[in-house]
Amino acid sequence: MFRKLMVALVAAVASLPAPLLAQTVKVGLINSYNGFVSQVADQGQKGTDLYFKEHEKDLPPGVKIELLKRDDTSNPEVGKRLAQELITRDHVQLLTGIVLSPVATAVAPLTAEAKVPLVISYAAAGVTIPRLSPYVVRVTFTLWQESYPMGKWAAEQGWKTAYTAVTDFIAGHDAEAAFTRAFTDAGGKMIGADRFPPANPDFTPFVHRIKDAKPDVAFIFVPGGTQATAMIRAMNDIGLREAGINIAAPQDLLPDEELPNMGDLPLGLITSGTYSAAGKRPANEAFLAAWKRAYGEKSVPDFFSVDGWDGMAMIFDLVKATKGKFTADEAMTFFSHWQNPDSPRGPIAIDPVTRDIIQNVYIRRVEKVDGKLANVEIATIPMLKDPWKELNPPK
Amino acid sequence: MGDILSAAVNIAFNGLAYAMVLYLISVGLSVTMGLMGFVNLAHGVFAMAGGYVVTSLMKDQGLPFPWALVGATLTVAAASIPVERLLYRRFYGGDELDQVLLTIGLVFMSVAGATFIWGPLQQPLQPPAWLTGPVDLGFQRFPAYRSFLILCGAALVTALWLSVERTRFGARVRAAVDNLRMAQSVGIDTSRLFMATFALGSGLAGLGGALGADLLAVNPGYALQNLIYFLIVVAVGGLGSIRGPFFAALLIGIADTASKYLAPEFGAFFIYALTMAVLLWRPSGLFGRA
Repeated sequence: MFRKLMVALVAAVASLPAPLLAQTVKVGLINSYNGFVSQVADQGQKGTDLYFKEHEKDLPPGVKIELLKRDDTSNPEVGKRLAQELITRDHVQLLTGIVLSPVATAVAPLTAEAKVPLVISYAAAGVTIPRLSPYVVRVTFTLWQESYPMGKWAAEQGWKTAYTAVTDFIAGHDAEAAFTRAFTDAGGKMIGADRFPPANPDFTPFVHRIKDAKPDVAFIFVPGGTQATAMIRAMNDIGLREAGINIAAPQDLLPDEELPNMGDLPLGLITSGTYSAAGKRPANEAFLAAWKRAYGEKSVPDFFSVDGWDGMAMIFDLVKATKGKFTADEAMTFFSHWQNPDSPRGPIAIDPVTRDIIQNVYIRRVEKVDGKLANVEIATIPMLKDPWKELNPPK
Repeated sequence: MGDILSAAVNIAFNGLAYAMVLYLISVGLSVTMGLMGFVNLAHGVFAMAGGYVVTSLMKDQGLPFPWALVGATLTVAAASIPVERLLYRRFYGGDELDQVLLTIGLVFMSVAGATFIWGPLQQPLQPPAWLTGPVDLGFQRFPAYRSFLILCGAALVTALWLSVERTRFGARVRAAVDNLRMAQSVGIDTSRLFMATFALGSGLAGLGGALGADLLAVNPGYALQNLIYFLIVVAVGGLGSIRGPFFAALLIGIADTASKYLAPEFGAFFIYALTMAVLLWRPSGLFGRA
C-alpha cells in the first residue's frame, strides 16, 4: 500500500508542469571588497548587481539565480579557499567575479579539477589565465588588448623613446610588456622601466625619475581608483607634461568615476580602453540611465562596471537558454560562442579558441563635455582579438 | 651636472616633506614612551583619525582646508584625553607585554572601526586650488602642496622646541623625563602633566596625519601599515627626546625618497639597512640616553 502511494506520488510530481518545480542556479561570486583594489571591485560589483536587478524578471518562470558573494580580501590564498568552499560545500554550478588576477590564477586550476565554469567578470590581467583551465572564460579584456594598441599609437605619433612606469603586480607587468612589444616592434626605443608598489605608493619620486630621463612618451599604468587621481596630481605637481613629455596610458589611468576628482588636470590626455561612459551608443545610454536610477545622479560607472554587467548578462543568457539545467561542458560551449552585438561598450563576442573576448578598443581623449570631463572616443580599433595570443599561438 | 644637481634638490625637497610628516606623527610617540614608559603601538591611530577628520570635514562639511586642519588637530587631541584617562593610565609602569597587547588590540579595533564608518576605500585629500600644481622658485619648480607641508612643519618644529626649551610646561616635561620620582617630589602634578603631554602628542599626530594625508594614504589599515616607520623614527631618534626624532625623521625621509628615486627596485631595503646600522652603532638611538 505504502509503495503504491509512493509511486503514485512520484508520478504525480513528475507530471507537474515545469514552472512549479523551482530551479535555482547557484552562482558563487568572489570579489575583493577589501584591500588595495576594493574601489574597482565596488565599481564592478555595482555593474553585476545592476544587471541582476534589472533582468531578474526576464528569467524563465520558476527559474532563479542565487548569488553567493564572498570577499577574498585581495588575497589569492583566501580566494582559492573560498572557491573550494563554494564548490564543495555550497555546490555552486558557476563561479564568477574576481577582480584581482592573482586570485583568478589561484582559482583557475580548481575549475578544471571540479569542472565548474568560471566567468571572470572584473579581472583583466594575467594574459594566459584562460589557458590554465578549459573551464575559464573572460568577459573583461586583457591588458594586452588595451596597451598594445597604445604602443602602436605612440610610435605612429613619431615618438622615438619611451619610459614605462607601472604598478608592480601582474596587471602592470602585462601592460608594460604589451606596450614595450608594440612600441619596439614599430621601431621605438625604451629608455627606462619603473614599477611602483601596489598599496598606496607616493608617486612623486617616480614621476621625477621619468621627468629627468626625458623620454618622448611615458607609458603609465596604475590600478584605477584613487591611485589614478594621485598619479594625475603628481604628474601635474612635477610638471611632467609641461616638460614636453607625452603621456600614453590604458583606461585605468582615467576611470570615468575618478574624472570629477581630477579638476581640469587631465584635459587632453589620450588613453586606450574598452569602455567610456561618454560612448555614444543607445545601449550605453540605457545602461547609464539604469545606473543613475540605481546609484544616484552623481555616480558614474566605469569599464569595470560594464564588465560586471556583461558577465552577468552572459550567465543570464545561459540560464534562459537552458532553463537553468546545464552541465559544465554545455555551459562552456554556450559561453565560448556567446556574443552580444549591443553591449554598452559596443559589439562583443567570446573567441571560441582562446575564451577571451573580442571587442572594439577605443582611443579616447579627455575633453570637456557639458562642463564635465569625459573620455571622448576619437578612434576605434574594431573587434580586436587579444594580441598576445595572436603573437603566441599555443604549441 | 645640472641633472645630478636637480636630482639632489628633488630628493632633498621630497625627503624633507616626508620627514616633516613623519616627525609630527612620531614626536608624540617618542615623548609618551620616554615620559610615561608606555609602549603605545596605537599611536598611528591618532594620525589616521586626523586624516579621516580632515577629509570628512572638507568633503561633508565643506570646511576650508586650514580650518579643517585645526578641526582635525583639536578633535584628535580632545578624543585622546578619555583614552588616556580610561585606558592607558592603568598600564603606566606596568608590564610592557600588557601595554603591547592593549595597544595592538586598539590598532585592530581601529581597522575595523574605520572600515565600518568610512568603508574600505582610501579617503583622498583634495587640497585647495592654491595648493595644487607647481610653484616656480626661479631655478626649479616645486609642488605647491609639499612646499606648504615643509613650511608648516618647520613652523611647528620651531614652536615645539621653543615650548619645550623655554616654557614652564616644557621644563616640567623635561624634568619628568629626566627623573620622574624627583619631579613628583618637587611637586609637579605628573598625572596632569601626562594627560597634557599625551593630548599634545596625539594632537600633533592628528595634525601630521591630516597634513600628510596626501603622502600616507588615509585608509583603514593606516595604523598598521605605517607603524614600522613611526617606530623606526622613535628607535633611531632615541626615546623621550624632541630633537632625536627630528633628525631621525630627516634621515629616514630623505633616505627613503633617495632609494625610491635612485633604486626603486630595492623597495624599503635601504631604510631597514640604515636603521640596523644606526642601532648597531648607537643602540639607544641618535639622541637617546644609554
